[in-house]
Amino acid sequence: MNPSARLLALHVFRHNPRDTASSPRLVIYQLEETPGMTLFIALSRIRETLDPGLNFDFVCRAGVCGSCAMLINGRPGLACRTLTAELPNQINLFPLPGFELIADLSVNTGKWMRGMSERLQAWLHLREEADVDAVEARMEPELAESIYELDRCIECGCCIAGCGSAQMRTDFVGAVGMIKLARFRLDPRDARNAADFFDLIGDDSGVFGCMSLLACQDVCPKQLPLQSQIAYLRRSMARQALNGLPPA
Amino acid sequence: MKINYTDVLVIGGGLAGLRTAIGVKRRGLETLILSLVPAKRSHSVAAQGGMQASLGNGIKGEGDNEDVHFEDTVRGSDWGCDQRVARMFAHMAPKAVRELAAWGVAWNRVQRGDREVVINGQRVTLTEKEAAHGLITARDFGGTRKWRTCFTSDGTGHAMLYSVSDQVIGESIPVHERMEALALIHDGERCQGAVVRDLISGELSACMATATVLATGGYGRIYGISTNALINEGMGAALALETGIARLGNMEAVQFHPTAIVPAGILVTEGCRGDGGLLLDKDGHRFMPDYEPEKKELASRDVVSRRMAEHMRAGKGVKSAYGDHLWLDISNLGAAHIDKNLREVKDICHYFLGIDPAKDPIPVRPTQHYSMGGVRTDHRGESPWLQGLFSCGEAACWDLHGFNRLGGNSVAETVVAGMLVGEYVADYCASSAGQGDFSPALARQFVARERASLNAIAAASGGESAVALRTRMEQIMTDRVGLFRNGADLESAVAELSELLTRSRNVGLRAKNLDANPELVLAYRLPRMLKVALTVALGALQRTESRGAHYREDYPARNDRDWLNRTLAYWPEGDDLPRLDYESLDVMHMELPPGFRGYGINNVVAHPGSAERQAEVDEMHVAKLDRYASQAALMPFKQWLPIRYRRRNSRLDDPGK
Repeated sequence: MNPSARLLALHVFRHNPRDTASSPRLVIYQLEETPGMTLFIALSRIRETLDPGLNFDFVCRAGVCGSCAMLINGRPGLACRTLTAELPNQINLFPLPGFELIADLSVNTGKWMRGMSERLQAWLHLREEADVDAVEARMEPELAESIYELDRCIECGCCIAGCGSAQMRTDFVGAVGMIKLARFRLDPRDARNAADFFDLIGDDSGVFGCMSLLACQDVCPKQLPLQSQIAYLRRSMARQALNGLPPA
Repeated sequence: MKINYTDVLVIGGGLAGLRTAIGVKRRGLETLILSLVPAKRSHSVAAQGGMQASLGNGIKGEGDNEDVHFEDTVRGSDWGCDQRVARMFAHMAPKAVRELAAWGVAWNRVQRGDREVVINGQRVTLTEKEAAHGLITARDFGGTRKWRTCFTSDGTGHAMLYSVSDQVIGESIPVHERMEALALIHDGERCQGAVVRDLISGELSACMATATVLATGGYGRIYGISTNALINEGMGAALALETGIARLGNMEAVQFHPTAIVPAGILVTEGCRGDGGLLLDKDGHRFMPDYEPEKKELASRDVVSRRMAEHMRAGKGVKSAYGDHLWLDISNLGAAHIDKNLREVKDICHYFLGIDPAKDPIPVRPTQHYSMGGVRTDHRGESPWLQGLFSCGEAACWDLHGFNRLGGNSVAETVVAGMLVGEYVADYCASSAGQGDFSPALARQFVARERASLNAIAAASGGESAVALRTRMEQIMTDRVGLFRNGADLESAVAELSELLTRSRNVGLRAKNLDANPELVLAYRLPRMLKVALTVALGALQRTESRGAHYREDYPARNDRDWLNRTLAYWPEGDDLPRLDYESLDVMHMELPPGFRGYGINNVVAHPGSAERQAEVDEMHVAKLDRYASQAALMPFKQWLPIRYRRRNSRLDDPGK
């Protein structure tokens, strides 16, 4: 025991929804902080030494796969790259709200994201099959960079957990859904036009459901430009709606 | 008990598995993907620096083509690879990158005119051609003669995985997430699917399929410190191994990447050095030119990693609480370049080290990174021992990488293999071999066996701790089956791993529930990981030579006379150790006969056929045929490709056709 090390108290939500004997509760784990400790290291240590049955999700543990989003002292974030040194002695960990609970800190973001992608048809709609033998179509270097900028979403679910609209309506596509369509809209390789995108997102479960609270932008671990993209998408969808009105 | 039926069961939701599934779906087959995690969280997402393909668009890629890529790959493998697979791969990589471009990957593009880059520590101005403007650009990577690595900033794997995964959704291919295959269902000759465990509910079911594809990634997590995702525990290799029939190839071929950060073990891309970053020691001295004056920091990965370790052994490492390390300095590239092309590296440095790489050097050391070994298949991706079992990507050994993989060749391999193996799987399903009946009784028998085994594990009150045994395994692999190996250490590693395997059958659990339960998962994976670890350690012990990433201090020379072969490991049921066989590589049919790689001293023990074959090859070059004709004369390979992929690749200066 290092006398100068902090003793952390991790207050961790525990519940197994499939076990009728289980009820939601907080379990407190005491752990000595070590240099460079992340919540990945802390939770792994708890599982290794204190509670081998504790459920949580880490895959890359490097901040790129989006598996480990949880509520960290009330704020959605990636646990793997959160240093305990930046947190007080008491650390409260809850599963990400807005998603089906698997157990403890593990939630089913994958199922939610697949459903959203299917609803929004969030894949590049090819104009025609690629000729893989031919020299590729050209693209302006800046355009490629702008598309990549919007393509950096890791589907971690933080934006949904932080979203007021998503709390109120379960069919809201959230910032993650909108940034995806903004990305395909910017991409000249996608065959869809403004009217097609309007059909997918021009209602209250899409751009018009956003109340502009914009916590999504605050909590996005990839600092995606969600605020400006949602605003831009909403303006162009409103314009599309007006243009699409039948003549008086 | 539930039995699902499908044409093609793909196990693994990374790039290789996803691309395979798209291929078979487009051939009119039904397919289903199992994935431990949501597909977009697969380890493919972590590939940073890029994907090699010889497009030759940029000025530093001028003159690049399949021939150069092929030769780099073979040299990189230390002549351990299957050259016809390397040929197929070099031919396919441009097609793969172009297909991905059409599917939405925002590849960085050539900007015409002048740009400043850093080469060998110096700022240099390159002038890109007008004609190449807007085509896909490439950066430099180690062990390559051209700048060939196509990229999207340093999030290449992310961009690729998302594009392909989105296409899978667009094709309505089901991905059964949080599902784990526990065993392959087979009758000793033919694979008929897998026993599947739902990681949420714990439910066991069978999935019966005409073809089963293992695309489960590598086995890096048998090592204590690895750049791999936590899910890369070698379970695909274990599934094959536990059939008792299918063989694993070259399991001892394990790559250590030069630059993982200390202590977290997270990778920072080879693109750091490709873009001009330098390796420095505790005195701030750039040491790589002292060892490898020609390629310096951009020597092949195995070479750079060994030189770094050698330099630290000489006392030139930086001391830290987590052991010695060296510095990777990319501050010379400038903040603007890092913000644009190395932003993930910047994030990693910020969040895990609290430093800004535009100002501060990054603490790095060689760390386990890639599994060249895997499920041994033929060039079509099928196991020669178990019909209907296919494998591709890092999980497989078809064998593109031999004993050392070049940076940028792994993500390229995932999609190329997916494109090819998807076609061959579809061919298999259409052939008479693919018409065998399913045996539901066999499926029930396999599910019952797995259920009994899980129940026994959950009920056991043994005194062993799975965590302690696993930690010990990781320590043994790191200390004795690592970058430098020797006979005594390897012998003791095999003995102790074998003892751990016995002890792993006596693990006691605290959490007894059969649904979502990480303790149960560790308990049933541990013996499988230990079996995989034993194939690595035993393969390394038996191979008394040094080749690529397999370096024996007691046998420092590459020995083509005795060891120009591939290790095959299998594990007959009831045996205590895996058995090893060897298949030799055919020198007389090599397009590039074995030679000196150009690193360190030339101490290769020559194969008796090498000189004879070299003379034949030289004669062909004297004949001065065009490059396609001379290649076809030396080692024809087009007949191994699916017909749809046989056409030549067009380039700016070469219409192909």
